[in-house]
Amino acid sequence: MNTFLQQVINGISQGSAYALIALGYTMVYGVLRLINFAHSDVYMFGAFMGYYLANNRWVQSRLGTSPASAIVIMLGAMILSAGLGILIERFAYRPNRSASPFTLAFWFGILGAAAGQLIGQSFATLVAGAGIGILIGVVIEKAGLRPVKQDSRLGLLIIAIGVSLFLENGGQQVFGADPKFFPEIIPTTLMNFGSLKVDSQKLIVLGVAVVLMVLLNLLVHYTKTGKAMRAVSHNLDAAKLMGINTDRIIAVTFAVGSALAGAGGILVALLYPRIDPLMGVTPGLKAFVAAVLGGIGNITGAMIGGLILGLAEVMAVGYGESTYRDAIAFIILVLILLLKPDGIMGKGSTEKV
Amino acid sequence: MAILHIRQCSKRFGGLVAVKDLNMSLAPGDLYGLIGPNGAGKTTIFNLITGVYTPDEGSIELDGKTIHGRKPSAIAKQGMSRTFQNIRLFKSMTVLENVQTARHMNKKQTVFDAIVRTRSLKAEEAEIRHEGMELLKIFSLDTRAHELARNLPYGSQRRLEIARALATNPKVLLLDEPAAGMNPLEAIDLMHLIQFCRDKFHLTILLVEHNMKVVMGVCEKIQVIDYGETIALGTPKEIRDDPKVIEAYLGGA
Amino acid sequence: MKKWLFWFSAIVVLAAMQAGVRDVIGPYYFQILILVGINIILAVSLNLINGVTGQFSIGHAGFYAVGAYTSASLVYYGQTSIRAAISFLPHMAQDVVLLLLGLLAGAIAAGIAGLAVGIPSLRLRGDYLAIVTLGFGEIIRVLILNIDAIGASRGFSGIPLLSNFFWVYFFVLVTVVVVHNLVDSSYGRAFISIRDDEIAAEAMGIDTTRFKVMAFVISSMFAGIAGGLFGHFEMNLHPNSFLFTTSFYLIIMIVVGGLGSIEGAILGAILVTVVLEAFRGFGPFRLVNFAVLLVLIMLYRPQGLAGNWRLFRKAGAR
Repeated sequence: MNTFLQQVINGISQGSAYALIALGYTMVYGVLRLINFAHSDVYMFGAFMGYYLANNRWVQSRLGTSPASAIVIMLGAMILSAGLGILIERFAYRPNRSASPFTLAFWFGILGAAAGQLIGQSFATLVAGAGIGILIGVVIEKAGLRPVKQDSRLGLLIIAIGVSLFLENGGQQVFGADPKFFPEIIPTTLMNFGSLKVDSQKLIVLGVAVVLMVLLNLLVHYTKTGKAMRAVSHNLDAAKLMGINTDRIIAVTFAVGSALAGAGGILVALLYPRIDPLMGVTPGLKAFVAAVLGGIGNITGAMIGGLILGLAEVMAVGYGESTYRDAIAFIILVLILLLKPDGIMGKGSTEKV
Repeated sequence: MAILHIRQCSKRFGGLVAVKDLNMSLAPGDLYGLIGPNGAGKTTIFNLITGVYTPDEGSIELDGKTIHGRKPSAIAKQGMSRTFQNIRLFKSMTVLENVQTARHMNKKQTVFDAIVRTRSLKAEEAEIRHEGMELLKIFSLDTRAHELARNLPYGSQRRLEIARALATNPKVLLLDEPAAGMNPLEAIDLMHLIQFCRDKFHLTILLVEHNMKVVMGVCEKIQVIDYGETIALGTPKEIRDDPKVIEAYLGGA
Repeated sequence: MKKWLFWFSAIVVLAAMQAGVRDVIGPYYFQILILVGINIILAVSLNLINGVTGQFSIGHAGFYAVGAYTSASLVYYGQTSIRAAISFLPHMAQDVVLLLLGLLAGAIAAGIAGLAVGIPSLRLRGDYLAIVTLGFGEIIRVLILNIDAIGASRGFSGIPLLSNFFWVYFFVLVTVVVVHNLVDSSYGRAFISIRDDEIAAEAMGIDTTRFKVMAFVISSMFAGIAGGLFGHFEMNLHPNSFLFTTSFYLIIMIVVGGLGSIEGAILGAILVTVVLEAFRGFGPFRLVNFAVLLVLIMLYRPQGLAGNWRLFRKAGAR
């Protein structure tokens, strides 16, 4: 019985991490009908930002290993992740649907920085390269080259794949491809509930995840911004006509979703301290499955889907074949899509002929 | 014997009853009109007949054979063809290709024929091309055969959609608001075209239309639908004078 | 008349090249040339289902894997008995028979996998279809990872070297001709009509499910052939060659080249393979720049590099 409860707790805390990532997927799909493949890499980014913050001497000297430092690290990572999310939305997804100046400058700047780093290994060449790239980008844009606005979901999906590849390889270049170890910013103590031994870290992960999900719910259902987000996810054009600044709301959605992913990254890094630039790939896919399981576009669904997936995986490993662990997610995915594609909470929609 | 026979058909969407106890009977060669205010259920009826929806109750028969519950492509193969309210041409194809695509009934080419390009395939492709051009000539579209369908002016696109529908050699042709967006002159041409099609191709035509001039001018029988139910059935003159029809269109007194 | 001449001269040219090309360009570029050929087969076949029929499938690596492992297994485990049965043939001819049998087995197995995946999946729309095919591709990979007889996570080694420049490019030619001819027939028109307007296609009597599955199975069979050619060239197979990133790269090839056209698929396959392989020396940066380039092409030239350019006689594949 104890091992069973142990597994359940494992499953729930694993699942809550999946849920946090799944929320980002589902929110973005809700407003843009886009499967943001790059989302899993924001999760990775969050973990790395946490890592660098935790190892930062200022933070260490001022706050030590107190709960305050953990909070600072968490918030810092979330804010930085939100920033990344906003950048991605602005320069990769938005140009597809509305005016987006400096897009070329942004990407050329990145190419320039990469070239600069390649030629000379210093920070100076990187900045110089970036500067030249931005300049060229601005000039070409002024000369008239604009992104092609198109209503293609396939095109958006390809762009998402491109951004994901960019972040993963960029991460390998900037952070180094070899794994790093996330420091213990919260001390682990083994707590005893009768004969049940529970790792305090798992409870903290669960607790933080729950708090974040509650806050999200408050945002979505009790604020004006939340209402706007829901409106945009129902009907973008109608929302526009109602005076909602849809570009801003979409940016906010990305920011919130990315912040949650970043938080997820830190929480998972607490449970499994080994982090590397490709750590987002598998959990990302699984979180996506969780979102689909719950009904993609549905926030409560993402939370439920995450929990179910976490439990299913832990149970499969605990009581079944561990080599098939990764396959569990895909089997669930395929079954759901074939049997009830709208997920647990979703409702069907029919096309008007 | 009716060529298209609908008996006691009903269709619900959740709590909304779109069509209730519908009865409709078309004799071969009929020019039959289906009219009613917006939202009355006309397009739903079309979709029921063509297999896009399955009726919750009742039966639909084409030339004596049951068609309700079957796939649209199977129903089409039985001899039903249609045009759409919002023109649905194959956008990336040319005018001729649109018609060629529909001209596949009774064609015998196998995948092997296609891959190896046998003589029989080449002969059949030439046949399809020829038949397509003949059809386009009738609709005065042959001069534009190799233009992209999406570049055609609106009126020509509508004609092309009808030509394409006829390429399947149907017994019954369903026209879904063919006069939509046409000016009075184009509408008159359309009326002649519809009559011509019925005569030349030995068709039965069922027409959904809002343009009363076209309906009254072309249809020989008219059925009026409101809130999913039939409120009148008769000749154009009878319908024109029917108080229930007038009330349905103009609202109560 | 012309057909026999075409194939005869093609075979002669390829055989002549086979004799000398490796020495002329060196083993490094030769390897890239082979990979380009295999990727062309993959891209052109993927384009049939994605570009021509408009069904977004991102699990092609799964069928590639099925073909590779099936062909390798047949040859590895069966070569003694097969060679014994045809011992009257000279050794080189025996190799040819082995390879062709392997490729046939790979194609059939991949086709069956295509049927198994396609039938349930193809009634889903757009994004959902993409994800379910991704899921199936990964399931196939994990299954392979767990089958000991074909190496599981250690990999399958000791596969006989049977494919070479001649065979790879022979099948490139076959793939291109088959797909082109198929598109230029009533089957092709049916596929394209499904892409352009599925509801109208159904209304015109085209059984969209049947044609979608057909395109899917044909495309997976060619992926299977590519897999067989790959396995018998590398002599070594590992499930990591068939991750979903491989499927992504294939999608990138056909989109960058120009979705819907055979020319685009070929162009995209050449470009992407060359960029990925030849620039390996530049480190992870090549992939960073590659990814950025991909985003830029999708933003500024979504019709792909080939766009509307057509080399082959217009066949309606736009």
